[in-house]
Amino acid sequence: MIEIQNLTKRYGSKFAVRDVTFTIKKGEILGFLGRNGAGKTTTMNIVTGYISASEGRVLLDGHDILEEPRLVKRRIGYLPEQPPLYLDMTVDEYLRFACAIKEVKPGAVRAHLSDVCELVKIGDVRGRLIKNLSKGYKQRVGLAQALIGNPEMIILDEPTVGLDPKQILEIRTLIKRLGKDHTVVLSSHILTEVADVCERVVIINKGNIVAQDKLENLTRGIGESFRMTVRIAGSESDAKRVLRGLDGARYVESTGMKEDGAFDFIIESDRQFDIRKQMFNALAKAGLPMIMLRPSDVTLEDIFLKLTGDGEGA
Amino acid sequence: MLAIWKRELESYFKTTIGYVFMGFFLLVSGILFTFNNLFSGNGDIPGMLSSFSMVPIFLMPVLTMRLFSEERKNKSEQLLLTSPLSLASIVAGKFLAAFTVWLATLVGTLLFVVIVGAYGTLFWGEIVASYIGFLLMGACFIAVGELISASTENQVTAAVISIGVNFFLWVIDSVIYVVPGQFVSSVLEWFSIYARFDPFARAQLGFSGILYFLSFSMVFLFLTIRVIDKRRWSEG
Repeated sequence: MIEIQNLTKRYGSKFAVRDVTFTIKKGEILGFLGRNGAGKTTTMNIVTGYISASEGRVLLDGHDILEEPRLVKRRIGYLPEQPPLYLDMTVDEYLRFACAIKEVKPGAVRAHLSDVCELVKIGDVRGRLIKNLSKGYKQRVGLAQALIGNPEMIILDEPTVGLDPKQILEIRTLIKRLGKDHTVVLSSHILTEVADVCERVVIINKGNIVAQDKLENLTRGIGESFRMTVRIAGSESDAKRVLRGLDGARYVESTGMKEDGAFDFIIESDRQFDIRKQMFNALAKAGLPMIMLRPSDVTLEDIFLKLTGDGEGA
Repeated sequence: MLAIWKRELESYFKTTIGYVFMGFFLLVSGILFTFNNLFSGNGDIPGMLSSFSMVPIFLMPVLTMRLFSEERKNKSEQLLLTSPLSLASIVAGKFLAAFTVWLATLVGTLLFVVIVGAYGTLFWGEIVASYIGFLLMGACFIAVGELISASTENQVTAAVISIGVNFFLWVIDSVIYVVPGQFVSSVLEWFSIYARFDPFARAQLGFSGILYFLSFSMVFLFLTIRVIDKRRWSEG
């Protein structure tokens, strides 16, 4: 477990992070969410020992990174936003170098590299110069470097920035796989990424932690109503009448015809009542088949915008 | 430390830097040897090395300019500084890699010694003494260059400043006489690398000279560690 206690980093009169406190529990995938410039990278850099905090401390299982840097750093793998690569080396040379500085026993290097390369799927480029690889492969090599030495904790700072959609999905899948055997911290400003991959989220804004909880608790906490979109084949007025007659339905509005002979409705119900079964039965009884139901619950975007205080893009 | 040394050393020869340094040094020293020794029939090896002593001032920054500035620019220093390696071993590993290239270059100049040996008499005592002095003087320039490289993100800036500082270290002897005040001239005297090299160039292998070169290098390596460490704590 990592305990981050009252971390503050000042640059002149400006606070990059201020009194940041949170814990990273063993075995979890934690999302560290914030806008660009919110203090994510500064926090990650302090946690990994790259820079020092002005105040506060970082403890890994009770060991302070400043007092026992070697012990703590050996147990943390870090992929910074820009992968720390040597472009003049081949992938294999680079990873062997990473093994050497991360104190992997010489006899175990070969098998370890084989495992890591298989995991991040870079086996086919091991002999190639890093400078000739695509951005996606470079990111994977950076990720492989973070896995060298089999650290308990892997910290990934914006790992999908600049990748194409296919590469993004591959990296996310990989992060989920890593989460089975490691504690993973995923720092990102991409909300869908965090929602897709992480179990718990810490949100940072202007250097301060503004929320930390499980994703489901965060989304539950923000609204009192449950919102969904349904598509009903048949008459718009009949469907609206049936929907308005449901117990617990607080708000019904038609958003018009979305496909031939079918209308979409937005329905809000009290969060205490699940009206879906009742709605299905009532519509079936009225001969109005429901051909789609999509919960449009409070999203991470909503939470994020609420917590960061304004409606500008994240 | 060994891993850093190996990576840096390989890097010198994966890029053109190692070849440029060795080739240019051997070319210039070869020309000087041809004119000063071959044409005049002079077999004085310590004198030969003394005539080479200006070359490292301008050439050593080629070896040292990228040591840390490139790491900072490419962000690869994040890999080193978040690894279990100590800062001292990183600094030492890089220093030793540059020193190894310098050593290999000087081994190349032994060809001149062989040529002199073929046509005259070699005095091995003075050859060994002068080579040790020249080698250690180069180590001082490497340590100075490494400190400057750790202080900037730009390789060209590092190279230009290193040349300036090396040149200052070379002319310091002349400056001492015009600087007023005993204290200032004593401080400047401590930095006079060439004054310490002079006995070696006259074939005198002195323990104090060796100690001076080693401690000079150590001080600058220590300062390099402090500069990097200070940046990590920086609040500027």
